[in-house]
Amino acid sequence: MGKKIMFYPGCTLKGVAKNLEDSTIESARILGYDFVELPNWTCCGAVYGLAQDSVKFTIANVRNLIKAQQYGKEIGDNRLVAVCSMCYNNLRRAHIDVMKNRDKLHTLNIFMDEEPDYEGNINVLHYLQFLKDDVGFDNIAKKVKTPLKGLKVAPYYGCLLLRPDEVAIDDREDPHIMENLLKTLGAEVVDYPLKNECCGSYHTVDKREYVAERTYKLVSIAKEVGADVIATSCPLCFFNLDRRQEIAKQKHGDFEHMPIVYFTQLMAIAFGLKSEDVLHFDRHYISPREVLAPWL
Amino acid sequence: MGACKVHIPIKSISIQNLKVGEMMKYTIKKDPHKDERVQEIIDISGQNIFSCYQCGRCSSGCPMAEFMDILPNQVFMFLQEGDVDTLLQAKTPWICAACFTCTVRCPVGLDLAAVMEAIRELQLRKNYDYVDPYNVEERDILPPIALVSNFRKFTP
Repeated sequence: MGKKIMFYPGCTLKGVAKNLEDSTIESARILGYDFVELPNWTCCGAVYGLAQDSVKFTIANVRNLIKAQQYGKEIGDNRLVAVCSMCYNNLRRAHIDVMKNRDKLHTLNIFMDEEPDYEGNINVLHYLQFLKDDVGFDNIAKKVKTPLKGLKVAPYYGCLLLRPDEVAIDDREDPHIMENLLKTLGAEVVDYPLKNECCGSYHTVDKREYVAERTYKLVSIAKEVGADVIATSCPLCFFNLDRRQEIAKQKHGDFEHMPIVYFTQLMAIAFGLKSEDVLHFDRHYISPREVLAPWL
Repeated sequence: MGACKVHIPIKSISIQNLKVGEMMKYTIKKDPHKDERVQEIIDISGQNIFSCYQCGRCSSGCPMAEFMDILPNQVFMFLQEGDVDTLLQAKTPWICAACFTCTVRCPVGLDLAAVMEAIRELQLRKNYDYVDPYNVEERDILPPIALVSNFRKFTP
């Protein structure tokens, strides 16, 4: 058994993004960490509330942080790792928000009378940060069994890993954390100028044509700079870039499909975890099986 | 405050039947400092909307700008002129994807995403549904975060 670390999966990983959850947990296991699901976690709310006069979007996240505080004491570790960009962003923002605005925390503590108060000691990390700072890329390199030599990857961060500044896991205009990880896995990383541009996010529900336009642009440029696949960490970016290729193709005759993968899937493949139980390629609209065949 | 005229280029036809590229005559009528709804937007967003000096950096980097009827910097122009009505009719606040590109780049540190949210909130707090949760297509394939985030932004 590896070292126990608290893991916050979030709602999407439990359903459509099973490929993200399993590849994360299994890749961490190879690195000697046992990702334990945070007991009784609730939905993070996906987008953080921006209205200053309201605490309604903060409450669920603080509740999760309190659960992490309790469970963290049990396992003797205050790190809470999330891999979904939206979950990471929400939990981290909530933590910073209530630390900065103690009045807000006070209001929430009074409201959540059945729970202990939040002490503010939970360290919310994205899996990429955990890999870089706590595991170390040199230790990851030692576990690589199948180097992804020759695979050209466009790293795509999207918004919520980099913005706003207070939660950025790397430089917001020119991040390199995912590049460095992918290079550690042996992959060739292309210089992707749109790596921090928005995919259209939640507009995919009611304005999918707009999102398809974004997808058209993001995927076409990745193709132009020579990428075979786009790697992401956000299940919503994944859905938009993957599924909305259908509409992009209908609207633009010159559009060429490109498979979208989670960076954790590439990690799993490099670590020798190649079964469908971990990779779940059936969850992809554009299957990456053909492109990744040389390493599978 | 004296009345004066400014010209604002408008990209699409949804505002007051203007055509693409047409210039819009605009008259400042109200003192924004005395306008209740401007104050409400300031209170909800926590942003000093008067600090915007129209550099346009928000609009130049906005990934959704091509779909907007009023550009992000123009939103501030309307606010500073006390014209909340135009903003309440505009598509722009409902097209902002809260990606924070403008927020992190604004030279005076304005959180534009919060201002867009405040304009939406003015309407949502009156129990307005921009999206009808009961009439969503593709419900079976959309990931939960898409639905949760969409309903959080677009329903009361």
